[in-house]
Amino acid sequence: MIRLFANAQYDFIKWRRWAFSLTGAIMLVGLGFLVTRGVNYSIEFTGGTQVQVEATHKVPIANIRAALDNIGLTHADIKNFGSDTSFMVTARIGAESAEGDAGTQAVADAVARAFDQSVGVGQYRIERREAVGPKVGRELQGKALLAILFSFVVTLIYLAVRFEWRFGLAAVVATAHDVVATVAFISVMHLEVSLVVVGAVLTVVGYSLNDTIIIFDRVRENLRKYRRQNLYEILNLSINETLPRSVLTHGTTIATTLALLVLAGEVIRPFAWVMSFGIFTGTFSSIYIAAPVLLWIEKRWPGEDARGARTFGSRAPATPHPAR
Amino acid sequence: MGKIRQRLYVILGLVVVSIIALVPRNTKERVIDAKTGGMKDTLVRRVPINLGLDLRGGIYLALEVDQSKGPVPDCADAIQRAERVVRTRMDEFGTKEPVVQIQGRCRLIVELAGEQDPARARGVIQRTAFLEFRITDMKSLFKDALPQIDAALRKAGIKSRSNAAPSAVAQLFGGDTTHTTKAGRDSAAEANSPGVLSSLLFQGQLPGEYLVPEEQWPLVDSLINRPDVRAAVPRGLDLRWGAQSESRGAKAYRALYAVDSRPIITGEYLVKAQARRDPVTNQSIVAFQLNHRGARKFADETARHINDYMAIVLDGRVQGQPPVIRSQIGANGQIELGTKPLQEASDLALVLRAGALPAPLMIVDERTISGTLGADSVHDGVLAGVVGILLVVVIMIGYYKVSGALAVAALTLYCLFTLAGLALFGFTLTLPGLAGFVLSIGIAVDANVLIFERIREELVHGKSLRLAVDDGFLHAMNAIVDSNVSTILTALILYAVGTGPVQGFAITLIIGIIASMISAIFVVKTLFLIWLNRRPDMVTLSI
Repeated sequence: MIRLFANAQYDFIKWRRWAFSLTGAIMLVGLGFLVTRGVNYSIEFTGGTQVQVEATHKVPIANIRAALDNIGLTHADIKNFGSDTSFMVTARIGAESAEGDAGTQAVADAVARAFDQSVGVGQYRIERREAVGPKVGRELQGKALLAILFSFVVTLIYLAVRFEWRFGLAAVVATAHDVVATVAFISVMHLEVSLVVVGAVLTVVGYSLNDTIIIFDRVRENLRKYRRQNLYEILNLSINETLPRSVLTHGTTIATTLALLVLAGEVIRPFAWVMSFGIFTGTFSSIYIAAPVLLWIEKRWPGEDARGARTFGSRAPATPHPAR
Repeated sequence: MGKIRQRLYVILGLVVVSIIALVPRNTKERVIDAKTGGMKDTLVRRVPINLGLDLRGGIYLALEVDQSKGPVPDCADAIQRAERVVRTRMDEFGTKEPVVQIQGRCRLIVELAGEQDPARARGVIQRTAFLEFRITDMKSLFKDALPQIDAALRKAGIKSRSNAAPSAVAQLFGGDTTHTTKAGRDSAAEANSPGVLSSLLFQGQLPGEYLVPEEQWPLVDSLINRPDVRAAVPRGLDLRWGAQSESRGAKAYRALYAVDSRPIITGEYLVKAQARRDPVTNQSIVAFQLNHRGARKFADETARHINDYMAIVLDGRVQGQPPVIRSQIGANGQIELGTKPLQEASDLALVLRAGALPAPLMIVDERTISGTLGADSVHDGVLAGVVGILLVVVIMIGYYKVSGALAVAALTLYCLFTLAGLALFGFTLTLPGLAGFVLSIGIAVDANVLIFERIREELVHGKSLRLAVDDGFLHAMNAIVDSNVSTILTALILYAVGTGPVQGFAITLIIGIIASMISAIFVVKTLFLIWLNRRPDMVTLSI
């Protein structure tokens, strides 16, 4: 039988300060990008027009750019989408004169005219066109924000019922960390934030929580089992015991997200990127954020655990680990 | 042993239900006939999973009441009227399953699968509604013209396809038929064949009303739109279809009305219409009010048409069964629906209001996806899924050996259950949903990983094989339930706030989690029990 990390006894918690610094640095870089470049919202959120075109032959992108300028769409973005013959034109409301709802559709029609000029009538096919009015965009922005906040509240309540508020708070802090880290990743990669990407962020929230719960479940069990050890040791023990599972499950999940990233096409790619990163940060935060935060919370507000099985930390540490 | 048998029956039952849910079946789809340009029904054999517009191509439109040219006080009523109008026009598209639904209070969603021309869709949907009242063909002029029409069709070389036609004619025109068939027997054999059009029409309950079996109406529609048939229809008459199909007995029929080409009044004169229940007679009625000019015109017309039937035509479709005019009507009239439910009266009132106060619609969100892009997405998504599954299979069998193989067997069932869940509850599979499905394959084995690791730990603690397996399943349970419930909760939130494609993702995730609980816990446990029973002498577990 192959056993990865069997009977591992790493002192994970010892490295918590390093871990905090690392993730803090990543977040700072992400924040820097966020402030300087802004969020690359998709037209679902901003309102606007997006047209994806497949041409029958190769056309220099400059020709299409010129045709777009010619027709008055000077602020529209154009880029290749996956291949040389595939183009994506994006015109956001505000950047273009396309104010209002009918405007976004007029822009879509104008884009088609630009392709008639530069590629040739009948030489291309419109694969996808979206024209989103400003109101729908604003609504979606509100909804996405609401979804993320709401998921925190529900998580907190669920964990408070199933565990104890200290665990719940630690898990929510870890999950909040994941959201911030993922947003940092999105802004560094300059991924387009669509509703599907928000969905990916929420899935990361669920996944990370899942991971944290597995470890906390073991902590709860070990707290009852090993009454001599302090929380610091129990956390380390629980993380080590669940390590083989973490490695295996992340292995299979990463395998499927990589398959999506490489094979599932251009539309799903931002989703796959966010999921791939989210799996790493979810694993990281379960070990290095959730556990240390639980330790810290327990130090500030010592109390009973969920089942009242024993008092946390009321005893002096049995081993000379400095439980700072 | 009995316990294992019970478990096997449960699994077998689930598998059978899933397979039945996924067996390709014939579904009727309405497509545009390339030859005639009309609509026809075809049977298509396919797996009954609904694909979202992003996977099969089509147009998605979100519409709201246009307030830019003046405020509309009650947008909910306006959008309901618009929904009625748009629904009436859906036949114009040849779309397989058009979706028209009100979202929230004041937004209308229209989904046209397979449709590619947004300009055409916009044109049809944003056209102003047109309501008219027309008297039906009281003198049966159309019926009298039927032989000529049949003759014209015969001349054009169109033959009746129905074998049961003579009996249909008998049902239709009662006494007339003996006469026709006798005449037919005397004349040439060609004339003996029943009339092409008349064999498809059944006399309705009132003058000018004909019924066409639902499956025949695309054919009849293409026939009556032929120029030679139009020329043979008596002057001053138009043919109009009923808006909905109605069932008489076990069969569904579509009503065809012969109506005067001149409307007695149009929607512009209508001021309001309301459904209510008469407190005295307990009848459902629709009360309507006309403006001053309309009242004069209507009084003149109704005086001339007492005891005639008046078809209510919205956008060229007759709405409900034409009521009879009992007396002269001025500014205030009412349509009595007898014992029919109030709902039907409300519906008719909505039709009248839709024609009276057309709600100007504006498109707030328009998405068009080509069929080729959708097909590409399906292809890529399936490829990613297959590769993802293979990777998971390699990892699981490589690491857990025989136990891993059991988990893989359960994973097959997991895929089956998830797809069957989508088909059974009629949920729609979208591109993000497909991605969610692929992702969930990786997550689905998590429960097995948790269980297997637990069994290994129990074995290390020196427990016997049997006990280790039992305890492994038992002790891993807490963690599995907690973690899955939290994922379901986030997916539910996503469903609540998301739109189409994202909702598809949330649904796939939720169904996937439930299916994985069944396959990873119940199925794998059963396989373990069988394995242990077969090899009671086993000392080491291949895990």
